Amino acid sequence: MPEQFIWGMEVFLNGLMAGVLYALVALGFVLIFKASGIFNFAQGVLALFAALTLVGIMEGQVPFSHLINAVFGTDVHHFGWTVPALAAILLTMLVMVALAWAVNQFIFRHLVGQEPIILFMATIGLAYFLEGFGDMMWGSDIKKLDVGLPQGINSVIDEVTYNIFGYGFFIDNLDLWATLVAALLVIALVLFAQFSKHGRAMRAVADDHQAALSVGISLKFIWVMVWSLAGFVALVAGIMWGTKSGVQFSLSLIALKALPVLMLGGFTSIPGAIVGGLIIGVGEKLFEFIIGAPYLGGATEIWFAYVLALVFLVFRPQGLFGEKIIERV
Amino acid sequence: MNDMTPDGYTTEDGRKIGAVVMEMRNITLRFGGVVAIQDISFDIREGEIRAIIGPNGAGKSSMLNVISGFYHPQEGEVWYKGAKRPTMKPYEVAQQGIARTFQNIALFEGMTVLDNVMTGRIRQMNAGLLSQAIWKGKAEREEVENREVVEKIIDFLEIQHIRKTPVGRLPYGLKKRVELARALAAEPSILLLDEPMAGMNVEEKEDMSRFILDVNDEFGTTIALIEHDMGVVMDLSDRVVVMDYGKKIGDGSPDEVRQNQAVIDAYLGVAHD
Repeated sequence: MPEQFIWGMEVFLNGLMAGVLYALVALGFVLIFKASGIFNFAQGVLALFAALTLVGIMEGQVPFSHLINAVFGTDVHHFGWTVPALAAILLTMLVMVALAWAVNQFIFRHLVGQEPIILFMATIGLAYFLEGFGDMMWGSDIKKLDVGLPQGINSVIDEVTYNIFGYGFFIDNLDLWATLVAALLVIALVLFAQFSKHGRAMRAVADDHQAALSVGISLKFIWVMVWSLAGFVALVAGIMWGTKSGVQFSLSLIALKALPVLMLGGFTSIPGAIVGGLIIGVGEKLFEFIIGAPYLGGATEIWFAYVLALVFLVFRPQGLFGEKIIERV
Repeated sequence: MNDMTPDGYTTEDGRKIGAVVMEMRNITLRFGGVVAIQDISFDIREGEIRAIIGPNGAGKSSMLNVISGFYHPQEGEVWYKGAKRPTMKPYEVAQQGIARTFQNIALFEGMTVLDNVMTGRIRQMNAGLLSQAIWKGKAEREEVENREVVEKIIDFLEIQHIRKTPVGRLPYGLKKRVELARALAAEPSILLLDEPMAGMNVEEKEDMSRFILDVNDEFGTTIALIEHDMGVVMDLSDRVVVMDYGKKIGDGSPDEVRQNQAVIDAYLGVAHD
């Protein structure tokens, strides 16, 4: 059994790291939901779009090259230069801010005060538009993303665990980095929301539009800011997932994995998104290892998260950290 | 109401009232065919407590919403600090130094009392987003400075004991006081109070009256308020505008208004039958 236990520990650690990646996507949802009550179905596509743009800029791809070539009969594909990763990340962030502005200007500004379901539908439309737009802008082939993050087995952990247990744990360097980045991101976001003027304004807007206006908060500014933040989180998630498994259109599906994370953590809590992500990550890996593979024929990772979320919905609908809604009677 | 000059006047209890800070000129507001406000003009002077009273549906709240930019009148002009004010969004009006409370209370229920009052300071805080994100330099300094001001206001309105309580859990009377604190935190040039005593019991009303007078006395804040309760208004205010069916039927000191026949017919008469 000790051997089983040691393997279990390795599975547990890998689960934690996978959970961090889920949490990164869930975080983008929480930000927008907190500030505008919009459940943003497009968050996954946002991550895809960010990753596509990042790769495109780094490789000096000509945007809309297919369209340009078709209209003007030219044959351009690349500018012939490459952009360093850090500069490309900054440029991509500018694109995400511009996107945030456009999303507000052309969609959500016109939907103020509409039912949540209408807003939700709008984000579905946005998701598919953005997927097609990203395709048109940067092409649809699978791309490799390398911003210089270390990848492969972490030899230190391998060695240390080998010396202790007689068995070396396989922990990917990329996962370690993702964990570190996500942790920093969450701490920064929580502090920003709690202790800065615009963070407070963001919470104020989420709470009561009219009251926010009366103290001098511009709703438009806050919404653009929040969508930009969500774009930034999407960029980080896009970099991590893109480095791990290549930038491809299935990236947009990670949004679906974020749903159970949100149900666990609560739709309105930033720390909740993290804890929810970790529980799902660890839960599905351990379940597969202990019960799924030996007894159920494996592949339980596909559905475990959703079943867990279902159980939570029954017993604690507001999630672990969500605000319990109490109405005075 | 003696010595009325362009520069101001002195009240009976010896307070100096300054020049006109806001002037409504021939305001008319319609909702479709319904005329909510019809050709009303009046002014608000620096340092005074100005009341707008009238029976239900007289258009008082509409008038307050015009001042705070939530409604835009079809005709008439709003003059503020000597200049005609262009059409503005509510948040722009707030940034100009006009703070308000709401009849039905519009607080951020999920946030603590302290956070609610801090939102009132937004006008005074202008550190950039980047500075806030890394929480250094200007942002940090500003947060600390403004926090001090807010704590003073919280002390002043005697809500220290609930500083960290989420507003949603507070009883009605305290919520009203928190809302006043938030508006006050903006250090407004004009403080607009929409029925500050509505729905309160006698004790709460007395508390609120005391706070309004203290605020005016201590900070010299110009206050314009709407109120139902005639007795309260007469005790509080320096000058009173009386509205009925969207028209102005009286304007002057509480005593003058009390003796105005049109006011007695429209308002007092109804109230005392």
